[in-house]
Amino acid sequence: MTTTRTDVDFSGEATGTPAGAWTQLWQRLRRKKLAMIGLVIIVIIYTFGIGANWLAPYSFTEQDLLRGLEGPTSDHWLGTDRLGRDMLSRAIYSARTTVIITALVIVTGGLIIGPTLGLIAGYRGGRTDGVIGRVGDVFISLPGLPMLILINASLSPRVVEATKWLEANSFLSGLVENGVPSYFTVFGALSLFFWVGSMRIIRAQVLQLRERDFVVASVAMGATTSHIIYRHLLPNVSFLLILGASTALGSVAGSELLLTWFGVGVQPPVPSFGVMIFEAGSVRTFSQHPHLLIVPSMFVVALLYAFALFGDALNDAVRGR
Amino acid sequence: MAGYIIRRLLWLPVILGIVSFATFSIARFGPGDPVSIAAGQLRDPDVLERVRAERGLDGTVVEQYLRWLVGDLYPGGSGSGAIRGDFGESFIQQGFSVNELIRSKMAISAQLGFLTLVTVFSVGIPLGLLAARFNGTWIDPFVIASLLFLTSVPVLVIIPPALWLFASQLDLLPVGGWGGEGLDGIFDIWWIGGVVAVPIPDPHIYLPLLVLSIGGFAGVARLVRITALEVLSEDYVRTAHAKGLKETTVAFKHVLPNALLPVITVIGFALVGILEGAFFTETLLGIPGIGRFAFAAVQSRDYDVILAITVILSTAFVLANLVVEIAYTWIDPRVRLGEAINA
Repeated sequence: MTTTRTDVDFSGEATGTPAGAWTQLWQRLRRKKLAMIGLVIIVIIYTFGIGANWLAPYSFTEQDLLRGLEGPTSDHWLGTDRLGRDMLSRAIYSARTTVIITALVIVTGGLIIGPTLGLIAGYRGGRTDGVIGRVGDVFISLPGLPMLILINASLSPRVVEATKWLEANSFLSGLVENGVPSYFTVFGALSLFFWVGSMRIIRAQVLQLRERDFVVASVAMGATTSHIIYRHLLPNVSFLLILGASTALGSVAGSELLLTWFGVGVQPPVPSFGVMIFEAGSVRTFSQHPHLLIVPSMFVVALLYAFALFGDALNDAVRGR
Repeated sequence: MAGYIIRRLLWLPVILGIVSFATFSIARFGPGDPVSIAAGQLRDPDVLERVRAERGLDGTVVEQYLRWLVGDLYPGGSGSGAIRGDFGESFIQQGFSVNELIRSKMAISAQLGFLTLVTVFSVGIPLGLLAARFNGTWIDPFVIASLLFLTSVPVLVIIPPALWLFASQLDLLPVGGWGGEGLDGIFDIWWIGGVVAVPIPDPHIYLPLLVLSIGGFAGVARLVRITALEVLSEDYVRTAHAKGLKETTVAFKHVLPNALLPVITVIGFALVGILEGAFFTETLLGIPGIGRFAFAAVQSRDYDVILAITVILSTAFVLANLVVEIAYTWIDPRVRLGEAINA
């Protein structure tokens, strides 16, 4: 029996998603104008975020105290804030914060934890499925925002302490200064809640795939569980992974904004759109210095709208429309 | 069906138990020991110890949680406990019970939330049907893209300009706040000749209603659009057309009822969205509801208030979702059938 098992060559098998499926998806997407506009906006803002150190004309803390609260001028394109800091640079560095948080949450929650649990739950079924499903139920039934606020409010001082201890006892330095603890708490709290969606989508798909002939045949030929998961199931759910991630991106970015505005997210001086909007949020400030609110709002609305348009079109494209 | 409902109901206390214990431990783990705060300048360790015992805050987290949950049924506890609806005394606003503090605020938020829910559905459904009706023309993508845009504008961004425009520049609406106690907050009564009572909406509700509901239209409209398109391609619709029924008869008797069914399932999600929006809307517009109160409680680290609010809201969510699920299974026999086949 063992000899036949090793004799079987699995490498020639069809891997589910046929070659060219990605090309097909891309072609369907390219026909949708709004999706392409969305994609361009996302790419631009993410490029800003990733290249913040090189693209921003000033540092996010650099002050020109004599020229605070100025409107757009030739050397400060989007004006300056109350402390004379360049608004454009602060927006670009805020984009960096958004990029870091969304990337961390999507990669861990949306692409690793959620799908892994979904694959296991769907394929193993029975008690494993039950336990994973019920844990998901608990997280879904929590009112997300109050819980996130509570978690961040009570845990972030501890995380800052822990990071300081780490700095003192290792060769690492400048962690607290660069906002690592607040990135960490925001990301940790958000990924607690953002795995359930992708877990459920993947599980539902795997439940159907499990009964398909090529999986049954593979099981009959003695393939191991990990072989079936990696070679047969994963390729078939890869579209859904992308879809789940793209729909979650907008809400992760939105949640980060809300948490930060609430004062339990990313902490100043680390720049973020939440802080910028909070500082500009009163009606009096808005009537006197509208650019303080308009600049960060422009970036945030453009990004969230781009995510929404792209996600909507991707959803259609994945479902063959 | 009955078995299914019972199974779901049995899960209810388990989920609530996990949620409340998690919230409780997180709250206790947080900075600012409530007893030292309550003691104020008195830092006498003996006094602290006594207060701690009085409030049932000595011992392990599990012991403290049990005292909070069942009150005097557990040694060292007082009051009747959260399980019987007693959430103890606020640590920050001393002398006030959490229940007392929360009740009137809950009422205001619930009214506002209900009105928002009604608005979201009564605007979202027609727009979704409109998009489906004009599928294939420019109107369909235009409606959906516009609604998606409204969803993408966070309430934080929209409130200051809206206030500036409607309250400060045009002087149409009050700057914020709430109209009054109870239902007075939503309706003002006009007496015509001292005899006929005419309820008219209080001007304070327009802005929060606008801000809270615009984000929800897209979700409802998109769902209605998709299901309407699916229904339109069903055999029974084609048969109805083939029988020579009038266009309007087909639309109202065959398509509409079936297209609206799945809308029930999003009520739960809509509620979550409205609640999250309410935190910020109430705070920014000075509405004395639960959202603003929760904001203040987080700022002042009033853990017992936060705890009570979280537990009450989780209970409401879980119950709302359960009711929705049961209602849906009851209305749509296909769901029931699917359940029977899978079981």
